[in-house]
Amino acid sequence: MEKYLYIALFAPLLGSLFAALFANRPKQLFTGVITSALLGVSMIASLNLLFHIFTTQEVIHVRMLDWIIIGNVDIPFGFIVDPISATMMCVVTIVSTMVHIHSIGYMDHDKSFNRFFSYLSAFVFSMMILIMSDNFAGLFIGWEGVGLCSWLLIGFWYHKEDVPRSKDIYNSPYSTLSPYSSVSPGYAANEAFIMNRVADLGMLVGIFFIYWNIGSLQYDVVFANIGDLSHGLVIAIAAFLFIGAMGKSAQFPFNQWLANAMEGPTPVSALIHAATMVTAGVYLVIRANEIFTVVPEVGYVIASLGAFVAIFAASQALVATNIKKIIAFSTLSQLGYMFVAAGLGAYWVALFHLATHAFFKSVLFLGAGNVMHATNNEINIKNMGGLHKHMKSTSIIMTIASVALSGIFPLSGFFSKDLILEVAFGAHAYIIWAVLWITAGLTAFYSFRLIMYVFHGEENFKKFGYHPHETYPFVIAAMTPLAVLAIIAGWFKEPFVAMITTVLPELEVHVSDTTLYTLIAITTAIALGGILFAVFKYKKDGTYFSHALHNRFCYKLLANQYYIPHFLENVINKPYLRMSQFSWKEIDLKVVDSMVDGIAKMVYKTGEESRPLQSGNLSKALTLMVIGLTLLLVVSMFFGLAIRG
Amino acid sequence: MSLALNDYLILSTIIFVIGLIGVIRRKNLLMLFFSTEIMLNAVNIGLAAISKFHGDLTGQMFAFFIVAIAASEVAVGLGLLILLYKRKGSINLDSIVSMKG
Repeated sequence: MEKYLYIALFAPLLGSLFAALFANRPKQLFTGVITSALLGVSMIASLNLLFHIFTTQEVIHVRMLDWIIIGNVDIPFGFIVDPISATMMCVVTIVSTMVHIHSIGYMDHDKSFNRFFSYLSAFVFSMMILIMSDNFAGLFIGWEGVGLCSWLLIGFWYHKEDVPRSKDIYNSPYSTLSPYSSVSPGYAANEAFIMNRVADLGMLVGIFFIYWNIGSLQYDVVFANIGDLSHGLVIAIAAFLFIGAMGKSAQFPFNQWLANAMEGPTPVSALIHAATMVTAGVYLVIRANEIFTVVPEVGYVIASLGAFVAIFAASQALVATNIKKIIAFSTLSQLGYMFVAAGLGAYWVALFHLATHAFFKSVLFLGAGNVMHATNNEINIKNMGGLHKHMKSTSIIMTIASVALSGIFPLSGFFSKDLILEVAFGAHAYIIWAVLWITAGLTAFYSFRLIMYVFHGEENFKKFGYHPHETYPFVIAAMTPLAVLAIIAGWFKEPFVAMITTVLPELEVHVSDTTLYTLIAITTAIALGGILFAVFKYKKDGTYFSHALHNRFCYKLLANQYYIPHFLENVINKPYLRMSQFSWKEIDLKVVDSMVDGIAKMVYKTGEESRPLQSGNLSKALTLMVIGLTLLLVVSMFFGLAIRG
Repeated sequence: MSLALNDYLILSTIIFVIGLIGVIRRKNLLMLFFSTEIMLNAVNIGLAAISKFHGDLTGQMFAFFIVAIAASEVAVGLGLLILLYKRKGSINLDSIVSMKG
């Protein structure tokens, strides 16, 4: 079985290195095909491992190499495949294989085709390291690796110029109504990277605390000894680890980068910013569940923050017209759901929602990619409309994914999302439950608002001279498995529970059957209500928000993303820039540089002044020598006398 | 009256200083050689005198070595000097400056 572990881990790396060989060459179709094929190999190996674990309950644990062995420090490159990592591996490899195939179509005309596949496979490799590592140090390497690849891929079109900041809500790069996702891809990439670095510092501190107090970073050792530590210390560890998770999973206040990361190519958004990387934070909480179960108060904070982010992001999606940002906010909102589950101790529910969400959200993004590809990279949903006639398959797939996202029986979203609401209710967290319940309605509404604007109604795109056409058949073929999984993934709940509860705590929700069915009924009711409202309102008016509403403050607040980008710009970026300029001009140039320059100048000056000594005239040199000798004699005599006296 | 050690050392010092002044003042390379010879012999006087007064022959042995080394040094030096004269046409120190900082 170890063989499969290594294949699953290293096939993406091989693909990445291979594609990197052609990074500067014009498009070579085979780089895309070979990386996709290697990803397929990795996927088959992962599925094999999952099947093996499911049938035998055996955990595969290998120590590949020693890494750091100094004194008592022993950190190996070790890998573990247990039910948690096997599930994650399958989710990651399935989604990334399909995204790779989709990218062959999406990046068709891009001149950096080869480079794109190299980055994309490198990302999958880092993600696999993150998931499979058996210690916190390896997890951190993967954690930084995915961050780096995310930076490379968000800024993939780094040559695009910055968009000027504007007060006009329809042109400002900070508004979700404008044709821009961010100031520029370079800006978005840096923003994502820097925000993550800030949060990663928290995680690093958490890891240091663990090492300091337990003396090991191996999961099994850490979890076996975590109970011996004082309560306050465990709270600190859990809180610092969670700060890292907040950065990666874009939880408030590190949320802004995720929406801006939509500057990257759409398959990147599907893979990294919906299905895999952003769920790494949830994975961390699930993986370190034995730390978080010791301190339920931290868990409660996580759950509250999750619920807040769920409704906070969903509300922004209501008014946005940027197709990718709507889906990005939706991702953020669903990450909030996962954190609620994880925070309330229902770790396997979080993992379950993570998996189903990965399928329907990635396919939703890929569908958005098809739509943008067909309409010359248009991202305003109001400029589309009536595309169902032109792009039937995409339309059907996206509708399926949206229904799954809304949580309608019997699609996958129903099983996982309903369970989270049930957990919240069962844990007597009624406020959280209510927030999530409202969010479920909002989710259904904005998903179908998007579907209606894009695929139904008037053909607004004609004004812009677009000629939409369905994408390549192989792209649709790549999306189909994901769409199928979006439908059926929930049906595997029973076997999944049987497998996962060998490593994760079982669910302890005590609600009576009547309450349970009532809960399901009212959740489904609000979701259906959201969908029906979206559909009928559009059928009747052709739009959702009247012009009078457009001038209201609440509308502007949502469209400007709660003014968070403005806040970051004016309160953090600008003062920081001024401070940097001050330190550069006043401190660096005037103090540090002048000191260093002064020393250098002194040396030069001394050399310049003493040049005449080296006249090349032997007679003068001898004279100098005699003078020197005399001086030495005088000095030695002086000291001799001084010592004697 | 017999001479004391100090008298020899004073003689040695005077001759040494004469040599030193020669080294500083003279511009002719040949004269420079003479001056160094004078200085070496000044040292020889000092060594021989101290050796005699201490009843230790080591000093006189040293003086012999110095005489031998001075002789060979002059032989080599004069050879080089002749070559230099052939090439430059002068042995004046001021006119053979070739390395300048």
